[in-house]
Amino acid sequence: MLGAITLLLLFQLAGEAIALFFALPVPGPVIGMGLLFATLALRAGPSLDLRNTAQNLLQHLSLLFVPAGVGVMLHIQRMADEWLPIVVALVASTFITIAVTALVLRALHVHQEDPS
Amino acid sequence: MNGRINEIWVYLSASPLLGLTLTLLAYQAAVLVNKRCHGHPLANPVLIAVSALVMLLWATGTAYRTYFDGAQFVHFLLGPATVALAIPLYAQLGRLKRMAGPLLVALLAGSLTAAGSAVLIGSLLGASDATLFSLAPKSVTTPIAMGIAERLGGLPSLTAVLVILTGIIGAVGAQGLYALVKCEDPAVRGFALGVASHGIGTARAFQISETTGAFAALAMGLNGLLTATLLPWLMPPLIRWLGVH
Repeated sequence: MLGAITLLLLFQLAGEAIALFFALPVPGPVIGMGLLFATLALRAGPSLDLRNTAQNLLQHLSLLFVPAGVGVMLHIQRMADEWLPIVVALVASTFITIAVTALVLRALHVHQEDPS
Repeated sequence: MNGRINEIWVYLSASPLLGLTLTLLAYQAAVLVNKRCHGHPLANPVLIAVSALVMLLWATGTAYRTYFDGAQFVHFLLGPATVALAIPLYAQLGRLKRMAGPLLVALLAGSLTAAGSAVLIGSLLGASDATLFSLAPKSVTTPIAMGIAERLGGLPSLTAVLVILTGIIGAVGAQGLYALVKCEDPAVRGFALGVASHGIGTARAFQISETTGAFAALAMGLNGLLTATLLPWLMPPLIRWLGVH
């Protein structure tokens, strides 16, 4: 587990370094994810240790959003002033996005059943 | 006696230990509530934990800064967790290769819809500039969205909240929408939820199935990359066209 965590941090660090060096708008962890994905594809898969650690970490993915979510208390005033546009924009836009993405993907990928 | 308890409270409430412990307790309680409700999407663990913590901080007059001093240790794990998404993604490599073309087109459509519709609706209903710039990256995972909002001239901390609300809305509404558009393919379901509702949608997708989760993770990662690249170019003309300035 220690090895796997170190590996994840190394990939994140590499991602951060690349983002800073090339002044990319994309955050480091996302580049780190891309790098790890490419490495796994080249090396034919993750070790058991890495797979287990990732599974443990991702099992509680929701938890990791809680601290930022509590930040809502800093914006109560703005939310109170602009609640209508914020609520309608968030709900409508999120639902439209799910529907548009699903419909486009399904239209392009017509019953291409996969055997696996 | 009371003075002593007061002293201990003053000491503990300023230490990171309390914020961290409270975050873990609130989350685990929220997961229990969610289980009691048989995983009903409205009993979303993030929503429950955040509401409980906000009420607690208010009741005790604790500043968000003080709380975050402790909670940041949990927040920090978002980075390695994002990197770890490469692993479920890799498990879908075969499907990914077969579906690469359709996935990219759907991604572009979804990504533009997510930012464009939010800004358009917000602007029609009279949202301020700062709110619109903070709304634009709402479908992208928190760390990316905050970076985009900052570049655009929005408020990164407001964006974090809007992003999380978007995640919860998607997680809550997903099943109903799948039924509405008659979508049954687990890959399509996951991809659509990941584009619209990033990590919280992905967490919800993993509850549905491993494949749904992996495609949500893929969509979240790709949408983060695409939105971070496109939005700084597209937002200024869009805002000019809407006549907000």
